[in-house]
Amino acid sequence: MSSILVENLVKVFNSLRAVDGISFEVKEGELFGLLGPNGAGKTTTLNMLATLIRPTSGNAFVSGFDVFRERNKVRKSIGMVFQEPALDNYLTGRENLEFHGMMYGLKRKETKERVKEALKIVELEEFANKLVQTYSGGMKRRLEIARALVHQPKVLFLDEPTLGLDAQTRRKIWEYIKKLNKEKGVTIILTTHYMEEADFLADRVAIIDFGKIVALDTPENLKNLLGGDVISIEVDNWQNAKKVFEKLPWVKKLNHENGTFYLQVEKGEEKIPLLIKVDEKEAGFQIKSINLRKPTLEDVFLYFTGKTIREREASQSERFKEMAKRHRR
Amino acid sequence: MEINFTAIYILWLREMKRFLRSWSRVFSALMMPLFFLIFLGFGFKGAFIPGVGQTKDYIHFLVPGIIGMTLITTSMMAGISVLWDREFGFLKEITVAPVSRVSIVLGRIFGGMTTSLIQAILILLISMIMGFKLPNFLAFLFSIIVMILISSGFIGLGLIFASLMKDIQGFGLIMQMVVFPLFFLSGALFPLSNLPKFLRIISYFDPLTYGVEGLRMALLGNSFLPFWFSLSSLVLFSILMIILGAFFFEKSEV
Repeated sequence: MSSILVENLVKVFNSLRAVDGISFEVKEGELFGLLGPNGAGKTTTLNMLATLIRPTSGNAFVSGFDVFRERNKVRKSIGMVFQEPALDNYLTGRENLEFHGMMYGLKRKETKERVKEALKIVELEEFANKLVQTYSGGMKRRLEIARALVHQPKVLFLDEPTLGLDAQTRRKIWEYIKKLNKEKGVTIILTTHYMEEADFLADRVAIIDFGKIVALDTPENLKNLLGGDVISIEVDNWQNAKKVFEKLPWVKKLNHENGTFYLQVEKGEEKIPLLIKVDEKEAGFQIKSINLRKPTLEDVFLYFTGKTIREREASQSERFKEMAKRHRR
Repeated sequence: MEINFTAIYILWLREMKRFLRSWSRVFSALMMPLFFLIFLGFGFKGAFIPGVGQTKDYIHFLVPGIIGMTLITTSMMAGISVLWDREFGFLKEITVAPVSRVSIVLGRIFGGMTTSLIQAILILLISMIMGFKLPNFLAFLFSIIVMILISSGFIGLGLIFASLMKDIQGFGLIMQMVVFPLFFLSGALFPLSNLPKFLRIISYFDPLTYGVEGLRMALLGNSFLPFWFSLSSLVLFSILMIILGAFFFEKSEV
């Protein structure tokens, strides 16, 4: 069964098509990633699905509820973590969560139990009675993830969940997200502009650029589109080596440059042992070094858009300034 | 349109907790009315001011005005505080909840009204220490009703401003350009009969005029305007502001 169904969704802000007719489906229990540069339309998409803004046209269903007509039912079935903190600094961590539970119509006793459980998941029990004012950025993010769980939503929306966090905290947040998805079976849809985050977390990734989805598949398949991994090998006798490499059936493409060979292969990590097994005496060359480079989603983005994500962000921010100017007029 | 009582309660409770935790804010909000009360109250003690004659002396004339001042500032602040929620992102958490917008507005109004009334009653107690005499307990209960009407109306007005403004930049301007003129025009400090005619006419468009007059009637037993007139104007003002406040709040985007 599909948890989220989006058909030809469009959002126009003054003449600018922020989201330009996107369609995708998220299966129940899936961890789905929307990857793209800032300003590509990821947050707008998420906000439309969460009923925070009204779509211009198209269809969208969250847990079977229409985001146009069944807004309150959609709201009840989702949990949301916003890009920027949305906490009350004058309340304690526990009070923030209790406020949330009661807003979602839970009974007081039920709320208390769920809050306790949620705080445990993100390991914030000892700080629960401190004012949020005193929390670090990472703690705030963890608290927000906990809060989104209090009413036990079927679907969790995470908008740039690790933006602005240090590497160590990011790892920790990733762990929680994985755990929620695998152990609790929560369907998760997250936006990110970090390639490694989408790669590490998502079952499937939609690459979004200028409001359109340009590619959608598992990270593995997306990377394989580029023709697989590249093994570079340095040898002492390249003439002899060339004869051997040319005969290997699994080498898809062979390039040679200054004594180094570049072998395009699939599943490079399984091919390195095979290369090492080549008998040195018989083949007449020695391997000096081996290096494996796997394509990243960055390469995939480059392949589909002709630009790296960083270049794209620069041009997107120009586009936004333009939009803001028009907006003010 | 459904009303979620749990949501209203928890929104009210949040206001209470924030109120009890920010004494410095409460103190600074009460500073101005206290200065007016203390310095004008003692300064004009026994002075003859034309038009005040029918009340006992100036401090008795002044106290309902200062209570009105306390109510307008604290209530407008409570309404406009939506801006702070927007600034700190908490408004998103509230808007994404499965709760009708009317319940959110009602929660804020009840919360703001409670804190506003607590501060007004504090001012009343201080003025009693200064020599203000409350005729009886019934007068106190009567004045509470008037206070509720004043407070809810101005919270609604604050909500309208907060929904129309995009950030907290305009906050100081609103306080200076709206709250102070309304306060001075209401006849809180002097009898309106002393004003030139055109200013007096403007003052009849100031809802706080009816608030202060209503409070005078409740607390002192006499006022210039008939009680039914002040009271019905206040009821009208309060209902209109709550409806408009809810309307604009619903329309504003996070």
